[in-house]
Amino acid sequence: MADTMQFDLVSPERSLASLQATAVQLPGADGDLTAMPNHAPTITTLRPGIVRVESPEGNAEFAVTGGFAEVTATGTSVLAERALPTSEVTQDILDGFVSDAAAASENATAENLDELAKRTVDIAAMASELGLSVKG
Amino acid sequence: MPNLKDLKNRIESVKSTRKITKAMQMVAAAKLRRAQEAAEAGRPYAERFNAVLGGLAASSGGDSAPKLLSGTGSDQVHMLVVMTAERGLCGGFNSSIAKMARAKAEELIASGKTVKILTVGKKGREQLKRDFEDQMVDHVDLSGVRNVGYDNAQGIANDLIHRFNEGEFDVATIFYNKFESVISQIPTAQQVIPASFDAPAEGAEEVSTVYDYEPSEEGILATLLPSGVATQVFTALLENGASEQGARMSAMDNATRNAGDMIDKLTIQFNRSRQAVITNELIEIISGAEAL
Repeated sequence: MADTMQFDLVSPERSLASLQATAVQLPGADGDLTAMPNHAPTITTLRPGIVRVESPEGNAEFAVTGGFAEVTATGTSVLAERALPTSEVTQDILDGFVSDAAAASENATAENLDELAKRTVDIAAMASELGLSVKG
Repeated sequence: MPNLKDLKNRIESVKSTRKITKAMQMVAAAKLRRAQEAAEAGRPYAERFNAVLGGLAASSGGDSAPKLLSGTGSDQVHMLVVMTAERGLCGGFNSSIAKMARAKAEELIASGKTVKILTVGKKGREQLKRDFEDQMVDHVDLSGVRNVGYDNAQGIANDLIHRFNEGEFDVATIFYNKFESVISQIPTAQQVIPASFDAPAEGAEEVSTVYDYEPSEEGILATLLPSGVATQVFTALLENGASEQGARMSAMDNATRNAGDMIDKLTIQFNRSRQAVITNELIEIISGAEAL
């Protein structure tokens, strides 16, 4: 059994990571999941949260604001709307995420109001994990 | 015969034009590199995205599919999204897109369809305004944007989806220039709503894989389709950005060369006239001396 798999993290603007990983923890829309080599093929949407990658060379963490992940037996690809290493997340960037989510909530329809409210909460949860706080 | 001073001024003016075109060419070359890098950086995302979305779309066709995928069931109202540059002086770049969009619009109008036009970039708007003033619904101004980001694409896509949901149109097509090389940009029309995908390559491994979907296949499709529109718009914007700089670079290269030819020609003319003037003066002196 292979003990590593290919992990790719891409955003529309750039490719952030492409490496061999032993495990990837994903913030799935329905709950966190960890993908390891030989995982059953899965496609899941992501909520705002943190992707944690464990690899022989060390661990890495990325903040994502949504998107989806494709897990197969030999690899995991995360296609994030916006993604950046957690070390680069500053209060300003976080405030940007929050105001985007707030702006989206304002012209929400009845159908996606819940979804957008959840999004705001998810961002706040992500912020506290990173040791930052959301204003207001 | 223009006099010497006129010729001299003319040469100076062409020389400064050449300096400007040369500078523009070099700026375009530098920008082209950046635009090309951006286009290449965006490619993996778009490719994977389309592969996954294509697979999903293929497996979940049918009546229950979201409207963004299956369409409204009619193709009466067409939305043409014409993406051009904000600036001119880039050869046939803007005209080729406008020409293609105009042909398409005329064809649709001739077959009794309703056409609406949304322009991105000032130049396309200027070119299409004369013929299709009444069809213009909106204009997206990107002149203040230095580097096109995913946010810009998302803005355009959200606007499109919003209009689609309001029932403003049935089919949306984007027009842009696909970047082939510095000397070749291909005007391309791509239908984005309802979504269309390239058929997966023969024997692609994805075909045989059965995925688990979380939360559900429909749920994922519903979330991904709007992003799919944004991704396609973003890819188009990036390709357009690279194409614009490429077109400008080769246009300015031509202009620089033409200016050089012009300077050579004018210089020869200038030297001839000067010779003629000197000869004249000599003749006058000699015949004056002989008369004495």
